[in-house]
Amino acid sequence: MTDEMTDCIIEAKSVIRKFGSGAREVHALRGIDLSVRRGELTLLMGPSGSGKTTLLLVLGCMLTPTSGTVTICGTSTSNLDKEALAKLRRDHIGFVFQSYHLFPTLTAVQNVQLALDIRGEHGRRAVKRSDEALARVGLESKIRARPNELSGGEQQRVAIARAIVANPSIILADEPTAALDGENGRTIMRSLADIAHERDRAVLVVTHDPRVIPFADRIVHIEDGLLADEAPARSNGCVRPKL
Amino acid sequence: MSLTFTLASRNLFHDRLRFIATLIGIVFSVVLVMVQMGLYLGFGHMVTTMIDHTSADIWVVPKGAKSFEDPSLLDLKLRDRVAGVQGVASANPLVIGFSDWRLDSGEVTPVFIVGVDPHDGGLQPWNVVDGDVRALSQGPTVAVDHSYFDRLGVKGVGGTAEIRGRRVKVVAVTDGIRSFTTTPYVFVDVKNARTYTGTPPDRASDLLVRLKPDADRGKTIEAIKAQVGDAGVLSTAEFRKRSHDFWLFGTGAGAALFAGALLGAIVGTVIVAQTLYSSTKDHLSEFATLRAMGSSNSYIYNVIIYQALLNALIGFSFAAAIGAVVVRMTAKSALPIVITPWLVAALLALTVVMCVISAIGAIFRIVRIDPATVFMR
Repeated sequence: MTDEMTDCIIEAKSVIRKFGSGAREVHALRGIDLSVRRGELTLLMGPSGSGKTTLLLVLGCMLTPTSGTVTICGTSTSNLDKEALAKLRRDHIGFVFQSYHLFPTLTAVQNVQLALDIRGEHGRRAVKRSDEALARVGLESKIRARPNELSGGEQQRVAIARAIVANPSIILADEPTAALDGENGRTIMRSLADIAHERDRAVLVVTHDPRVIPFADRIVHIEDGLLADEAPARSNGCVRPKL
Repeated sequence: MSLTFTLASRNLFHDRLRFIATLIGIVFSVVLVMVQMGLYLGFGHMVTTMIDHTSADIWVVPKGAKSFEDPSLLDLKLRDRVAGVQGVASANPLVIGFSDWRLDSGEVTPVFIVGVDPHDGGLQPWNVVDGDVRALSQGPTVAVDHSYFDRLGVKGVGGTAEIRGRRVKVVAVTDGIRSFTTTPYVFVDVKNARTYTGTPPDRASDLLVRLKPDADRGKTIEAIKAQVGDAGVLSTAEFRKRSHDFWLFGTGAGAALFAGALLGAIVGTVIVAQTLYSSTKDHLSEFATLRAMGSSNSYIYNVIIYQALLNALIGFSFAAAIGAVVVRMTAKSALPIVITPWLVAALLALTVVMCVISAIGAIFRIVRIDPATVFMR
C-alpha cells in the first residue's frame, strides 16, 4: 500500500447521484472521482447548483449514491443501512454546518459534550475533553454561555469544537464562513487549517467564499455535477498564509 | 450521566406554556382516573362494610340473596340445625330491614335497621365514640352514627325518637358507619329489630356462623349445606364478593366508574401525545443535527422517552397532591373517595405507561427524520 493510499481516508469512485425520475430526473453528480487526504484542508468550490452540497452529503454518509462507491476510512458505504451509516459518521466524521446548528437550550460546553455523549462517553472525562476542545478554539471563557449569548463567530467556533472533540479522522464543513464577517471567517478557517495540519485530519470545506482560498492546501472545483479541475492551492496562484 | 436527560428537561421546560398545558392535561386525566377509582374503592368498601365488620366464619343467607341488604328471610328453624353441625361453635340470627324513624319534630325519615345480639360479638356497632353498646339489650334503645344526627333529629346519647310508633333512646354513638344508600343504619337489639322491621319471630335475615378452632372449614360448610336446603352457605369472603359484585357490577355502577376512568386515561394519553408530538416537531432540526452527527435512533428515542417520563412524574406529583386533598375533603361525606397505596402505585404506573405510549407518535416522526435537512439552510 502506498503512502498516498494510506493517507486517503475518503474515496469516491465514479459517484453518480440522480434525483427524481423520468422527465423530472436531475443528475446532481455525474461521475465523481475524489480522494480526501489526511493532513490537508481541501476546498470544494463551485457555483450554486453545481452539486457541492450533494457531494458533501454523499461523502458524509447522509445520501447514498445512485451508482459508484464511497469508502470512509476503509469501509465502503454501499449496502449499509441508516443506523450503520450513522455509526460510520459517529466513528469517523465531525461536521461543521453553515447555520451552526447548536442546541439553544444547552451551554457551549454541553453542546460540545453532545458529540461525546452520542458516542457513549459521559461524565467528568467528557466534560474535561469538551472544555479542552473549547479552549482549543479560544472559547475557554465562554464554556457556560448559551448560543444566544455568543456572536456568530463564537457559535461557529463552538460548532468546530463539537466537530473535533471526539477526534474524528474527517471534518466536513459546509460553508462555515458564509454567515461571518471577514475577521471571524479568518479565525474559523485558521482553526480548520490547524486541525488539518497539526492534528493530521482530513478537512473538506464546501464553500463559494473566495476569502477562504488562502487557507487551502488543495482546491477542487465542481460544476454541473462534474469535477472541473483540481490543483494544489500554490499552483493555483494561492499562497497559504502563515498560521 | 448522559446528556439525554438534560436535553429532555431543557426541551420540556423551554416552552413553558406548552409544558403547563401538558401538565394540566396529565393532572386532569390522572385526577379523573384517581377519583373514579377512588369512588370505586370507596363504594366497594361501603357496600361490604357490614360484612367486613362481622366476626362470622360462615353466612347462611336466604336463597338467591345477592347482598347484605337483601330483604329475603330464612326460617329460624335452620338455626338449630346449623348449630348442631359438628364443628359449629355458634349460629346467631341477624335481622335487618327498612323502617321509619319519626323525629321529635314529627318528621319521618327511612332508616335501615340492623338487629344484632350485643353479647355474641358477631356484628356490633364499631367505632363507638359515646355511650355503651351493651345497653342495646336494655329495652328500646338504638346506636346511631353521629354523621346522621341532623337526619335523625338527635344530638347524642339520650336523644329520643320513634321507630314504627315505638319510642327509642340513643344509647351509643358511632363514627363513620355510613350507608351507601344514604339511609342511616340504626343498630338495635335483634329482638327489637323484629318489631321495627315487621320480621316474624320464626324468621331471620341471615345466620352468622362461627366455627370451632379445630373445625375443618370445607367439611363443615358441606355439612351445613346438607342441613339448610336451598339456603345459601357462604364463607365471609364469598359473601363479601357476592355483595360487592352485585352492587358494583350488577347495578352498572362499577362499569360507569371504570368507563369514566378509561375516558380519563384516553384523554390524558391524547393530550400528552399531542403536546409531545408538537414539541418534537419544534425540535426536529435539533434531532436532525443529532442524527447528522451520527447519533443512533435509540439515543434520540431516549430523549423523547425522558420527556414523557418527566411529564409523567411531574404531572403525577401534582395529581397526587390534589388527590390527597380530595380524599381529605370527602372523608366524612356520604361516599368517601378511598385511595390506597396500591391505587397510588397503579396510578403512577398508569401515568408512566400513558406518557410513554404518548411518545410513540413522536418517535414515529423521528424515524422519518432526514439528517440531510441540516444542510438545507
